[in-house]
Amino acid sequence: MTKTPIRLTVNGVPHDIAVEPRRTLADALRDDCGLTGTHLGCEHGVCGACTVLLDGEVVRACLHFAIQADGRTIRTVEGLATPDGTLNPLQHAFWQHHGLQCGFCTPGFLMLATWLLEQEEPVDEARLRHVLSSNLCRCTGYQNILTAVRAAAQAIGKWTEAA
Amino acid sequence: MKCPPFDYHAPRSQAEALALLARHGEEGKILAGGQSLVPTMAFRLSRPASLIDINRIAELDHCRAEGGRLRIGALTRHARFERPVAPGPTGALLARAAEHIAHAPIRTRGTFCGSLAHADPASEWCCIALALGAEMRVLREGGERLVPAADWFQSVFTTALAPDELLAEVSLPLLGPDWRCGFAEFNRRAGDFALAMAVTALRLDPAGHVAEARIALGGVAGTPILAETAAASLLGAPPTPERLRAAAALAAEGFEPTEDAQVPADYRRDLVRAMTRRALEGSLAA
Repeated sequence: MTKTPIRLTVNGVPHDIAVEPRRTLADALRDDCGLTGTHLGCEHGVCGACTVLLDGEVVRACLHFAIQADGRTIRTVEGLATPDGTLNPLQHAFWQHHGLQCGFCTPGFLMLATWLLEQEEPVDEARLRHVLSSNLCRCTGYQNILTAVRAAAQAIGKWTEAA
Repeated sequence: MKCPPFDYHAPRSQAEALALLARHGEEGKILAGGQSLVPTMAFRLSRPASLIDINRIAELDHCRAEGGRLRIGALTRHARFERPVAPGPTGALLARAAEHIAHAPIRTRGTFCGSLAHADPASEWCCIALALGAEMRVLREGGERLVPAADWFQSVFTTALAPDELLAEVSLPLLGPDWRCGFAEFNRRAGDFALAMAVTALRLDPAGHVAEARIALGGVAGTPILAETAAASLLGAPPTPERLRAAAALAAEGFEPTEDAQVPADYRRDLVRAMTRRALEGSLAA
């Protein structure tokens, strides 16, 4: 099967790779760019483990072909901490509030929450629950995930009590 | 599973896309948001030989009010509707329904027109399209036609769209301030496909009587359906709580519900009754 050369800029680093058209963005990130932080659970758009940001928008990387992302910028979980490993406020909140158990869903939740906290509108409890309902946690650790994202929103001044 | 192999085309213009569709016919498939197409390919339920990706065609990326209608281009994403895209009841109804469409990361990619082309029986946009009387602008190489919503939905996942055609635009009437639109749906988990939904639109005359009424139901049969008897029962009188309840009861009677082990027919009818009542009452509450 013919491969097409494409360029993905992931966390600021350009990756020149060659992909079959059917290669999903998630597989390209993991297998062609070597960035295995993005996880694949269901591979059909239900679980949210593969959530990444594509040109700033939250997407499921298993429902997007890599070839469609040619020339675009992607942010993955590897881009959250500083190069020396210091956790960002969201990651710190997950650590502090036990927002992960087995950790498999964590990269997806972190990217989903990253997008939520970067939106203009402040986050209240209803919006927090509405947006986070997108992703599945097989450990069912939802309460601590909500607590962690709530704490992160408060720490960066994005939290608001419901009107 | 991984998707089966396919050839990929990324045309830059509508004309180029239509030429590709004409060439590939049954073997070609339009890729817009991909949020329904890609899962069906991952399950290998769909094996198109060629995908024609329209995401780089700027002329399909529009959503504007024009000539009393809202014109929604093939690249308008679900997320665009989360805040009203136009003042008045139509924009408000779309915003009310948008939050029920899957989840945020799906809404950033999935498109309004893609939902109409896919025609899932539980699609919010399909139900609204039928309720408000949408018009589909369909293009093929060397031709164009307009298809009213009443002729669009044929059966589960099946529409009037031919394999060599592109659904370029859907238009909805921009209803005036004398209209009251309602929406309600029921599902067991946030973002799931609805077990039942109702879209209602009532026009009130200056005396407060119902002058026009439309009720559409989704997720309860192979296509969205109109509850015409129920809607007609509201005409010519004020929309009192008793009349709304009676109309909701009529809506629950007039169709053959989809039935499965988890949702027996009588349960689905009861959900239709409840959703229709909630949609009607909600539309008049403000």
